[in-house]
Amino acid sequence: MSGAYVEAIGLVAPGLASWAEARAVLIGDAPFTGGALVAPQPALLPANERRRAPLGVRLALHAAEQALAGADFDADTLAAVFATSDADMDVVHRLCVALAEEGRSVSPTDFHNSVHNAASGYWSIGVQARGPSTTLSAYDFSFSAGLREALTQVSVDGSDVVLVAFDVAPPPPLLASRPVALSAAVALLLRPRPGVRSLARLTLVDDDSTMPTSVESRCHASALEQMRQSSPALRALPLLQCIARRETALVGLRAHDALCFGLRVTPP
Amino acid sequence: MTPLGISACTLTTALGHGRAAHREALLQERSGLAPQSVDGCTLATYAGEVAGLDTPLAGAYARWDCRNHRLARLALGQDGFRAAVRRRREQFGAARVGVFVGTSTAGVQETERAYRERDRATDRLPPWFEHRYTHTAFSVADFVRRELELAGPAVSISTACSSSAKVFAAAARALSSRQCDAAVVGGVDSLCLTTLYGFNSLQLVSAEPCRPADVQRDGLSIGEGAGFALLEQSDAGAWLLGYGESSDAHHMSSPDPLGRGAAAAMRAALARAQLAPAAIDYINLHGTATPANDLAEDRAVCAVFGSETARSSTKGWTGHTLGAAGIVEAVLSLICIEQGLLPRSLNTRTQDPALAGAVLLASRHAPVHRVASNSFGFGGSNCVLVFGDQP
Repeated sequence: MSGAYVEAIGLVAPGLASWAEARAVLIGDAPFTGGALVAPQPALLPANERRRAPLGVRLALHAAEQALAGADFDADTLAAVFATSDADMDVVHRLCVALAEEGRSVSPTDFHNSVHNAASGYWSIGVQARGPSTTLSAYDFSFSAGLREALTQVSVDGSDVVLVAFDVAPPPPLLASRPVALSAAVALLLRPRPGVRSLARLTLVDDDSTMPTSVESRCHASALEQMRQSSPALRALPLLQCIARRETALVGLRAHDALCFGLRVTPP
Repeated sequence: MTPLGISACTLTTALGHGRAAHREALLQERSGLAPQSVDGCTLATYAGEVAGLDTPLAGAYARWDCRNHRLARLALGQDGFRAAVRRRREQFGAARVGVFVGTSTAGVQETERAYRERDRATDRLPPWFEHRYTHTAFSVADFVRRELELAGPAVSISTACSSSAKVFAAAARALSSRQCDAAVVGGVDSLCLTTLYGFNSLQLVSAEPCRPADVQRDGLSIGEGAGFALLEQSDAGAWLLGYGESSDAHHMSSPDPLGRGAAAAMRAALARAQLAPAAIDYINLHGTATPANDLAEDRAVCAVFGSETARSSTKGWTGHTLGAAGIVEAVLSLICIEQGLLPRSLNTRTQDPALAGAVLLASRHAPVHRVASNSFGFGGSNCVLVFGDQP
């Protein structure tokens, strides 16, 4: 499969408000001091939605708008791939609380926000993006599944694709059975051809002779590795570190319990 | 695109288990809708419930037990589907067969139940609750992958009611880029309080069996279903000829009244299939029977195909199976091709004069070589598939 070029990156995570901040930490130019998540208010949402839209939607759109900032793209053909394990479990929580009460009175807004592709819907409305958009899940491995789908679309359709991975820490009753400790989002703008702003070239390596099935790349710094393990979206960190450092590397990503695959990363 | 062979397919809905039950129901004009009897639901509405889901999964799959996986397993057992997949697994290797499954709510019914049983003092869910194996969207693809002993790329696609149409697009891309040699595509969605009360909160649920395209239509009947197809680049009796995807960019829960996004998906599917609109013999409409959907879809279909091409919704038979609607209606479309059947819009008495397209009010037998099947979902997610009897 032919490769794709990463043109821009967006990121929001606790202690990392932007890709610029994350890049400095990943390169080693800045210490990672941690901190709380600053819930974003994406400009893509109408003013009345910026505060009340579900956190997952706001995270996803904020990462996506970082990746699209300054990019020249065609909203009619730009494709989008959203990757999230469980979308926004605050919404699921509110629905399940309401459904456990007499009368089962659920909020219509919670219901339409409960679809896995809610962020995709808000995104397409905000950007007036009318091209294909998909939303997928592969539990802890949703980022790798989304990346595979996005690279495939770039390769097969020759289109520009924005990949947005996001996950939200569930509220207490669900947290015990779905331990996602951090809320975070990562976005990559992927294009079929290199440009002056290209950051890296990515190629999927499915030949299992080069990639033992047990190898999943990790972060070297323990604080970053802990973040990687605390959020399905932040499974992107080893790849992002290679891109930030302009390294040539083979990054291992897990797809599911029985499959790992390799991703060749090269400077553009 | 290069047409993809469909070497096996199956479906299970309120009409029965497997293709033969569906063929008979279509020919006998028997609906699967009945007054709902969902555990914990008091709504006065009809639903398309699947019979035979009362036996829990046991052994290694005990922790996976939920209505959604019982339905998945029941569907996998029909029409020789497991044997067809096994042959491809043995031929290509487990890692070369991919799994792409659509769902909207997976096993959320287990989470609903866990919340009813939660300890309100400690805010803890009961110990039997297994989110990873039941409720999470990926549990559906993961269950199917394990059941079929496959190790290729596996993913759940969840774009509301277009989910299991979009699996065909994802699988077609994976096959054409040689990431796998065969792909299991499908969809599984089961009845739950979330969707029954959720659609009810939006005033989109009818108290009667749904009446697509009818002048008095007043909402949908929710159904459940599961279906699967085996796609590969080889000769077969049925073919996926094209797919088209688009976004409305209009509203979270209502379609663009002008149907522009839906029309764009239809045009994209025809372009991939390299077919003119006149080459389509039958259009399986999304046809939910909500006033807004049927009107917007009529505009879109007429803009692309004109008003004469035979068309109907099959939701009067099965109900709206949500995340499974794409695969259910794909397999129903393949049955229509095989039987030379143009099925009528069941429960539709008087067509809404505001709809310009000629909806089938009586079933007809005629050669059906190519079908377009529409699936649209919340968030403005559109997907159209084109199937045919020749590549």
